[in-house]
Amino acid sequence: MKQGTMQFLRAAALAAAASLASFGAGAQNIKIAYIDPLSGGGATIGEHGLKHLQFLVDTINAKGGVLGGQKLEAVAYDNKGSPQESLVQVQKAIDAGVRFITQGNGSGAAIAISEFISKYNERNPGKEVLYFNYAAVDPALTNEKCSYWHFRWDANSDIKMAALTNFMKDRKEIKKVYIIGQDYSFGHAVRGAAVAMLKQKRPDIQVVGDELHPLLKITDFTPYITKIKASGADSVITGNWGNDMSLLLKAAADAGLQVNWYTYYAGGAGGPTAIKQTGLDHRVFQISEWHTNVPSPSMEAFADSFLKKYGGDSGQGWWYLRMKNQMDMFAGALNQAKSADPKKVAVALSQMKFKNELGAETFMRASDHSLFQDMYISSFGSGTKHDEEKTGWGWKTMGVIKAQDTVIPTSCKMVTPS
Amino acid sequence: MLELVVFSSLNGVLYGMLLFLLASGLTLIFSMMGVLNFAHASFYMLGAYFGFQISRYIGFWPGLVVAPLLVGVIGALVERYGLRTVHKHGHVAELLFTFGLAFIVEELVQMVWGKIPVDYRIPGALNFSAFTLFDTTFPAYRMFMLLMSIGIFLGLLVLLTRTRVGLIIQAALTHPNIVGTLGHNVPLVFMMVFGVGCGLAALAGVIAGPALVTQPAMAASLGPILFVVVVVGGLGSLSGAFVASLLIGLIQTFAVALNISLADVMAHLGVTLTRESFGGDLWMATVAQVAPIIPYLLLVLVLIFRPHGLMGNRDT
Repeated sequence: MKQGTMQFLRAAALAAAASLASFGAGAQNIKIAYIDPLSGGGATIGEHGLKHLQFLVDTINAKGGVLGGQKLEAVAYDNKGSPQESLVQVQKAIDAGVRFITQGNGSGAAIAISEFISKYNERNPGKEVLYFNYAAVDPALTNEKCSYWHFRWDANSDIKMAALTNFMKDRKEIKKVYIIGQDYSFGHAVRGAAVAMLKQKRPDIQVVGDELHPLLKITDFTPYITKIKASGADSVITGNWGNDMSLLLKAAADAGLQVNWYTYYAGGAGGPTAIKQTGLDHRVFQISEWHTNVPSPSMEAFADSFLKKYGGDSGQGWWYLRMKNQMDMFAGALNQAKSADPKKVAVALSQMKFKNELGAETFMRASDHSLFQDMYISSFGSGTKHDEEKTGWGWKTMGVIKAQDTVIPTSCKMVTPS
Repeated sequence: MLELVVFSSLNGVLYGMLLFLLASGLTLIFSMMGVLNFAHASFYMLGAYFGFQISRYIGFWPGLVVAPLLVGVIGALVERYGLRTVHKHGHVAELLFTFGLAFIVEELVQMVWGKIPVDYRIPGALNFSAFTLFDTTFPAYRMFMLLMSIGIFLGLLVLLTRTRVGLIIQAALTHPNIVGTLGHNVPLVFMMVFGVGCGLAALAGVIAGPALVTQPAMAASLGPILFVVVVVGGLGSLSGAFVASLLIGLIQTFAVALNISLADVMAHLGVTLTRESFGGDLWMATVAQVAPIIPYLLLVLVLIFRPHGLMGNRDT
């Protein structure tokens, strides 16, 4: 029961600290609700994302908070990874007086939340709520389903796939590609973009498999790996995240599957450990806005201090530069608006230019509220400065796409409230 | 292709045998006591978590023995002080009792071990590949799971067909009332069977835990499949449960490998269906995509066309 007791003590300590903190600061705190899976197949990354948010809030508060002394406060709600449950939790957060909401894991949930908040704001003028999306990348969110109240800090799936396929274009060894993804809006978007872009950029590549599996339900990917093996694929493209990524890689390791992996989220919880087990040295690629080996003394120090505080036994470190961008820009927007009124914050955010911790320029596009930033293609393997999950292996940059080169048109017809 | 068939068969049999470890206990309990034990998969989960906890202190192997024994005792106690008390209010009360129990166990597990999966590792001694065939490796641990469950199956077979206890259990399976009339202590038999059934489920949990993720949702995701096995196999029939377990294990593994959709089948008949046709995605969904619901389809069909299951001798 050692771990159980520890967890209980930790939870009790956290609760005590939280109640003390809120007691001290009174009703002055600006709350931001974190609505993501804290149970079920997405819980591992959901929990770790919450630590990111808590760390960011603590960092901002330690520097004196916002609006000349007000503190930020993170409040967590478990949406169990489901769109329906997300809405219940959003309502709960709003009832508790929260005006800023953040979520990232799952575009299904993201679309539901975005539509809910748009309707809510329409019906409750003066009580607007903002939605900060740090990771749900279905292109629909900033195209046909865009909303003025939704802001996204990650590059959408089409941008990521364009970057990945541009990278794959020049790799002559790729002959047969297998596409596997999660059966929901995001998985469909990844698969559609992959097929279309490969056809255009490398018509000679044969797509030998196009697979969708249930979202976050599978605990053993062995049958899928057997199928990939039998297809003769030399490369796999996947947008899988959470357990769906780590367990897929784990099953591949068990079966000794020797292919190159082109992924969005291989760096998530358990991914690095599984890759190390496959022995695929620098053959697993990831497209992301940052990784631990991007040279930047201040960001490296920041990631190190997070790892020291929250790394624990798993050695899971900092993942989301985008969440840092989000919270730094949120703090900036609050100060710029000189108010915690979501409507004024939205105005400040909607065309903000921001120099991130790497010293690179990023900008929020007013026409669809998506942030454009440099994107990195990296490979996972030996010989890097920083490693992941105590494997001794880490991410190495294979290519950088500048922010302005990631800009793609949007079909969003933004309705700006008067 | 041969490679796909060989490995899918291996994995299918493995999954089926694991299911049987659970289904054997469930079908014994269901047949004898008339209780569809909704909490059966919860004992499987408890087995996994107990195995994990014990493995942290004294290693995986002691856990393999101790965890099922502990869970077996808990199961027996649940029968003695819970089910037996509820029994006098009829089967519906018993059903609701086990239904509630499943939720309580899940909540308790979350409170003690947290909501995220625990790091239950494969023992070092089994962390290598057993063999390589067509360039694909088969992990030794999976081989161990397979042999272990076959071993238990054989043991159970001997116990039921070659011993006196087995004789009474078999009799109680089909004619519980007559066994009681003959002077056997039927409540004791019930308690023992319930305890052993739970112990078997726990054993499945201990060996499946490291391979299939030990998390609070593991009971809820496996439970419904078990009912399918019991109903398809047939009430009162262990051999039916065995056949149904293997069948479902193989179906689930092979279904993943099939990319055929209704549209493909209809294309052979000269009918072209697209996503835009009436019914939409229904036509385009491949067997692989609908793999998770195939067992339930089977359940529904069996209930309609063969209510006593494949090998059962009483109506469900």
